Amino acid sequence: MRTMRTPPFVYGVMAEFEDPSALVEAANRTREEGYQKIDAYSPFPIEALHDALGKHHSRLPLVVLIGGLVGCVAGYGLQYWVSAIAYPINVGGKPFHSWPAFIPVTFECTILAAALSAVLGMLALNGLPMPYHPVFNVPRFALASRNRFFLVIESRDAKFDIDKTRAFLETLKPREVTTVED
Amino acid sequence: MAEGLVPNEDPGQAVAASGGPPVIAPGYTFGSVTDKISAIVLTRGTPLGWWLGFLLAFALVNVLLVSITYLLVKGVGIWGIDIPVGWGFAIVNFVWWIGIGHAGTLISAILLLLKQTWRTSINRFAEAMTLFAVSCAGLFPLIHMGRPWLAYWMVPYPNTMGVWPQFRSPLVWDVFAVSTYATVSLMFWFVGLIPDLATLRDRSPSRAGRVIYGMLAMGWRGSARHWHRYEIAYLLLAGLATPLVVSVHTVVSFDFAIAIVPGWHTTIFPPYFVAGAIYSGFAMVLTLAIPIRAIYGLEDFITMRHLQNMAKVMLVTGLIVAYGYLVEAFIAWYSGDRFERFVPFNRVTGPYALFYAALILCNVVIPQALWLKRVRNSVPVLFVIAIIVNVGMWLERFIIVVTSLHRDFLTSSWGMYSPTFWDWATFVGTIGLFLALLFLFLRFLPMISIAEMRAILPEAKVEEGR
Repeated sequence: MRTMRTPPFVYGVMAEFEDPSALVEAANRTREEGYQKIDAYSPFPIEALHDALGKHHSRLPLVVLIGGLVGCVAGYGLQYWVSAIAYPINVGGKPFHSWPAFIPVTFECTILAAALSAVLGMLALNGLPMPYHPVFNVPRFALASRNRFFLVIESRDAKFDIDKTRAFLETLKPREVTTVED
Repeated sequence: MAEGLVPNEDPGQAVAASGGPPVIAPGYTFGSVTDKISAIVLTRGTPLGWWLGFLLAFALVNVLLVSITYLLVKGVGIWGIDIPVGWGFAIVNFVWWIGIGHAGTLISAILLLLKQTWRTSINRFAEAMTLFAVSCAGLFPLIHMGRPWLAYWMVPYPNTMGVWPQFRSPLVWDVFAVSTYATVSLMFWFVGLIPDLATLRDRSPSRAGRVIYGMLAMGWRGSARHWHRYEIAYLLLAGLATPLVVSVHTVVSFDFAIAIVPGWHTTIFPPYFVAGAIYSGFAMVLTLAIPIRAIYGLEDFITMRHLQNMAKVMLVTGLIVAYGYLVEAFIAWYSGDRFERFVPFNRVTGPYALFYAALILCNVVIPQALWLKRVRNSVPVLFVIAIIVNVGMWLERFIIVVTSLHRDFLTSSWGMYSPTFWDWATFVGTIGLFLALLFLFLRFLPMISIAEMRAILPEAKVEEGR
C-alpha cells in the first residue's frame, strides 16, 4: 500500500511534552478522540501510560513459562539418558537413575532456559534490534532518552488526516508538534 | 505486575517515612540526573587517577597471564598443593570470588522484588562487580584441572570417546551452576543497560560513540509498549535470579558437603555458605562504592543511606555466619565421631590456629562495631571494616579447605600446606583482572542506572486528571 503514495511519506504526527503527567493526559485524550494507532515514548517506564494507550495482554510470561518447562524436561532428560542409557556407570552402588542427584542440574537448566526466553522473548516481541525507525528522523526525539515525552499518532490510523490530526494535537498544549517522515 | 522499576509509593514519602538520609539528594531533574551520570562516560574525559589505577590493574593482569603461562608449561606442581591438601589456593579463591559476586545479584534481584528503592543507585555497578568476580572465579577451577585445554570435556556433548559427564558428582553440578549464573547475570546486566545505552547513543558527541552505543542499544526508543514488556522481562529475570543465586552457592557448598572429609561433611554448609557469600559481597560493594563515590563526586546519588543499609546487611549476614561457626563446632562435638570432634579442636589449637583466630577476629568480633550508629555513619570506618570482612571471608575459605584436608584419617597421611610464589601471583593477578575490568566499566558505561534514577525522582510521579 505504501508504494502508492508519493514522497515524502508521512509516518505520523508527533507531539512533545515536558512532563509525564502531560503525556498521560494527552494519551488519554487521544484515545477518547477515537485514535487507535498511537504510541508514546518516555525516558523511563510509566505504568499509567501503558494503561492510557489501551492495555495489551503480554504473552511474555507464557513464553518464559514454556522456556522454563522445556529447560526442565531437557535437563532432566539429558541426565537420565546419559546416566541410565548411553553411559551407565556404577558409582558407589547408586542406581543408574539416581534422581535426587539430578535435581541441581535440572534446576539450573530450568533457570537458564527461562531467563534466555525472557530476554530473547522481550526483544523479539518488541521487534528489537531495529536499527531504523521513522521517529528517529525528528531531531528533538533524541531527548526521549533524557527528559522529554512524546506522543505519536500514526498515519495508518483510520481517522488520520494530517491537518486535522495536527490541529487536534495542538489542542493538547504540547511544547511542539512535528510531522514524522518515513 | 509490571511495576518493577517504579515503586508505586512516592519516593519522597519513602524517604520521610524511614527517616535518615535520602536515597537521592534533593533538587535533581530528569535532565540533570541524565547529564551528571552520562557526563562521566561522554564528556568529562579520562582523569589521571583513572589511568594510574587502570595501569596498575593492567600490570597485575600481566602477572596473571605470566602465572597462567608458566602453569601451562610446568603443570600444577608449581603451586603448593600436594597430598593430602590437593585443594589449595585455587579452590579458596574460587569460593571467595564467587561469593563476592553474590551481593550484586542480591542487590539487583532480591531488593528489586522487595521494592527497596535504595538499591537503584548501586545496582548497576554491583551487577558489574558480579560479572567480573564470576569471571575471576571461573578461571580457578579451569586452571586447577591440570590440563585446562580439555575443559570442554566437562560439557555433555557426543564425542568419539563415547564418554559422558558423571551427573552424580557435585563438581559437574558446579559447571552447570556457575555457567548458568554467569549467563543470567550477564543478561540481567545487559537488559538493565539497554535504555541507558540509548541515552548514550543520543548524547554522545562523537560519531564512534553514536555508532557503538547505537548498535548496543539495538534501536531502543522508549516506546510505552516496549517499556511494558521490558519491565515484565526485568521482573521475571529478578524472580529467576533470586533462587539461582541461592542455588549457586549451595552447589558450591556441595563440593565440600557431599565429601566425607571431617569438617566438610555437614548439613549447615548450604545456608552458611549463602550467608557468607552475601556477607563478603556486601563488603566488596562497600569497598568499591566508598572510593568511587568520592572520586566521581557521586555523594548525591550514593548517599549515606546506601552505606548505612549495606552496613546493616553486613551485620545481619555476619551474625548468620557466626552462628554457622558455632553450629559447625557443636555438631562436631554432638556427633560423637572422634574425627569430627578433632576438626574444631585442631582449628583452634593446631598449626593453623593463628589463621583461625584471625578469621574469628575479622568476621565475628570486629564487625560487631556496626551495631553502633556512630560507626555506620563514619565513611572511613565503614571502609576499613569492609576490607577486614573481605580478608576474613578469604580466611574462612582457607580454613575450610586447608584445615579439613591437612589432617587425614591416618596420622601417616598428615601433611601441611603453604602457598608458593605462583599461588600468590595467580591470586593477586585475578584481583588485577577484576579491577581492570571494573576500571573499563566505569569509563565506558554508566555506572548508575540513569533510567531507574529518573523513575525515583519526585517529578516522575504522574498526577492524573488534573
